[in-house]
Amino acid sequence: MEVKQFKNGIWTEKVNVRNFVINNITPYYGAHEFLVGPSTKTLKLWDVCKAATQEERQNNGVRCVDIETISTVSAFNAGYIDKTNEVIVGLQTDELLKRTMKPFGGFKVVQKALSEQGVKPNKAITELFSKYVKTHNDGVFDAYTTEIKKFRSLGFLTGLPDNYARGRIIGDYRRIALYGIDFLIESKKEDLENITGPMTEAIIRLREEVSEQIKSLKEMIVLGAKYNLDLRRPAENAQEAVQWTYMAYLAAVKEQDGAAMSLGNVSTFLDIYIENDLQEGIISEEEAQEYIDQFVMKLRMVRHLRMGAYDEIFAGDPTWVTEAIGGMFEDGRTKVTKTSFRFLNTLYNLGPSPEPNMTILWSEDLPQSFKDYCAKVAIDTSSIQFENDALMRKSRGSDDYGIACCVSYQELGKSIQFFGARTNLAKTLLLAINGGRCEETGVQMVDGIETCDCEYLDYDKVMANFKIAMKAVARVYNDSMNIIHYMHDKYYYEKAQMALIDTNPTIDIAYGIAGLSIVADSLSAIKYAKVNPIRDEDGLTVDFKIEGEFPCYGNDDDRVDILAANTVADFNNELKQLSVYKNAKPTLSVLTITSNVSYGKKTGATPDGRAKGVPFAPGANPMHGRDSNGAIASLNSVAKIDYQDSQDGISNTFSIVPKSLGANKTEQIENLGTILDGYFSRNAQHVNVNVLNKETLLDAMEHPEEYPQLTIRVSGYAVNFVRLTKEQQLEVITRSFHESM
Amino acid sequence: MYCHNPDSIETSGGKEYHIEELVQMAFKMKSYFGKKGGVTVSGGEPLLQSKALIFFFKRLKEEGIHTNIDTNGRILNHFSKELLDDYADLIMLDIKHMTEEGYVALTGRHNKEIAFNLAKHREASGKKMWLRYVLIPEITDDPELLHALGKHFKGYKTIEKIEIQPYHKLGIHKWEALGWDYQLKGARENTEQELQIASNILKNYFKEVKIN
Repeated sequence: MEVKQFKNGIWTEKVNVRNFVINNITPYYGAHEFLVGPSTKTLKLWDVCKAATQEERQNNGVRCVDIETISTVSAFNAGYIDKTNEVIVGLQTDELLKRTMKPFGGFKVVQKALSEQGVKPNKAITELFSKYVKTHNDGVFDAYTTEIKKFRSLGFLTGLPDNYARGRIIGDYRRIALYGIDFLIESKKEDLENITGPMTEAIIRLREEVSEQIKSLKEMIVLGAKYNLDLRRPAENAQEAVQWTYMAYLAAVKEQDGAAMSLGNVSTFLDIYIENDLQEGIISEEEAQEYIDQFVMKLRMVRHLRMGAYDEIFAGDPTWVTEAIGGMFEDGRTKVTKTSFRFLNTLYNLGPSPEPNMTILWSEDLPQSFKDYCAKVAIDTSSIQFENDALMRKSRGSDDYGIACCVSYQELGKSIQFFGARTNLAKTLLLAINGGRCEETGVQMVDGIETCDCEYLDYDKVMANFKIAMKAVARVYNDSMNIIHYMHDKYYYEKAQMALIDTNPTIDIAYGIAGLSIVADSLSAIKYAKVNPIRDEDGLTVDFKIEGEFPCYGNDDDRVDILAANTVADFNNELKQLSVYKNAKPTLSVLTITSNVSYGKKTGATPDGRAKGVPFAPGANPMHGRDSNGAIASLNSVAKIDYQDSQDGISNTFSIVPKSLGANKTEQIENLGTILDGYFSRNAQHVNVNVLNKETLLDAMEHPEEYPQLTIRVSGYAVNFVRLTKEQQLEVITRSFHESM
Repeated sequence: MYCHNPDSIETSGGKEYHIEELVQMAFKMKSYFGKKGGVTVSGGEPLLQSKALIFFFKRLKEEGIHTNIDTNGRILNHFSKELLDDYADLIMLDIKHMTEEGYVALTGRHNKEIAFNLAKHREASGKKMWLRYVLIPEITDDPELLHALGKHFKGYKTIEKIEIQPYHKLGIHKWEALGWDYQLKGARENTEQELQIASNILKNYFKEVKIN
């Protein structure tokens, strides 16, 4: 490769985007004053988008669907919002906000989602998938054991990606811009040549996968051609770099409908092209911002076809176009560029929005001006989240990573993730108290746990039983994961995204838990107070009577916080014992998305005094209202969960009323920055920041039409508040809004 | 008369903590203090507890935590002097009124000079101080009063800034909850323009003027 304007390095010889970025970045230490507003073209386009999203909301969340086409990388003709004003082109289909069928994850889900819209897939496709084509979902259920099905249907394992795409994989979408597809094909062909016998199952599979990737790259050339773009060659200027990168991402979201389809960390990369064009006087700041505004606008318009039930676990129609912004290089320089600012500026130019899910990689060493700007954006829009860059870089080993889904580290182009949804740990604790039986149905789930019929629960006994239950749940969970990912590879392989990742990448399996604060407080109640279980005639607990007081998680009280931290460590240790398909490395998250509501519904009364059916706290959050010692004490409790035991991420959603953050904007910005520095210096991993008054949310419930863009962070992602169900809105409102530090 | 924490006026009551408990609480928050933060004791009137605060601040200093007292400056005795001279990194001194008459009307107490004496004592120690001044329309915002305030403190080298506290009525509900009569019912909140005028006057005398 010969690229004149850039500084060469090993990236010129073989695919290595990180090396290109390191050699060519212009870190930016200045303030945000250089930023400009949206162009006329951008505003015109955004008006069309706003009208379309309003139609979508009025039409029950779906504007239009296609029933004739199986969505693939090159399936649809070019689509535009308003061609004359688009400087960055490309839609998932030929029409704005049209949702499509991606049936390889599971055809029944597609049928269900369509029938909820009052339509059916066309006859030929129905026949094909009923008679001839097998899907991921079919494969999984062929292999599922009775035991797995039992754990799944009774709510111990929920949200498993067994009937739709698993998502989470982040293609290195920068590669098409930097190298052009021809070079990438050559590189993959070379890899294929080097994958030789003996022909074990793994080698055969890998050869097939790489061949699929090459075919997919060729399909991307066709996709580009539909928009008159020659993606075979590298991007030659800033506009092309943005366009090429977007096309690569577009290929992924045309083919796959995983819950989370992250973008990676493209802003720093794109800045190199923009800076170059600005220096050469080819473009103005207005044009630079216009590229980013329009790119981001397109990302906001990504849609997938979902069935109603999906909304229970992932509320508000999220797509997790997660873009990681900022952070530091290993060499001590910052990754912050002017384009980091330009991305955040879209939240002003186009208004607040949950997507793309902008995630600030926070480090104490970030330029102060950038920290201040991030704090300002968080206060103004409640649309961004923060993760601990220093912690992740040090623990995980790379400074070139994106955030998969909500909070999970993923090295770009070198590593992927197997999404594992989560298990209900509160329900697992109830197994320990009910002789291994499901507290709701009495079904025997785990053998070898004694029934305790004493008047008060004994802490040591409960703990011993809890460990048995965790071990069993971990085993069934692992079994289900191995089946799911085996079948996903077989029937719905992510060939487009994998084409933009090194051949044979390392893999993390991303297990998860829900109900951590319930478990911690329950164990605390058993240990420090007296808990008398009330049992029905079958001996199942229906309620608990608590005598005396006990410390609650969320108040910086070590007595209970250690119970939370140890629970995570214990469950992680159980998972680590179990071998995983493709030798994936086990990692664990404390993250619920919005499933904390549905998990709560499926869980009986718990020893902490929580009544049957009441929602859990989200992620690693303390239970609503129990963190009564102020904001900092609450943050400190969460920070005690060790990232080494939970490397897939520890999600904390933090809401504070503006006036307790400071008397005026300047003070608020300064204080939020200080809080983030403080929180992350304690090795905490993630925090969502909402700076909001409860009253605003209550008013938005009454008058949704006046708040079309009101955005709120929920659990690793953000949602348009008005797109939540009433139940979810109320749950968000009952969360702790800290009124004191 | 307008205290926004009337529930802290009573000198009995409240919750008792051991000093070491408070130090531990502060220590746990130390990482959130940043470059400018630390522990501020306010009131009520913290100097009433000067003797205990000496021990508290001494321990905070040992833990490397910045110490600050928010005071109306009415107590100047052996203990408060020791606290101010040896342990308080910063004091925020509340100046109520520049005339004795106004001072009495506002605070119900005599002798505004005590607070001025405390300021003088602090100036002599060479340690930092901020002034705070609640700007109440028609009561403390007369330009003459503001000039008097400026002139009085003009020569002070330890004063880093003066903070204008706009008058707000947020405290009223607390007074009502305590079953007391809110004393300043007639007063209104400041306009933006009034705040600017006051700020401009004070800028003639102080390095920094901040409107809170």
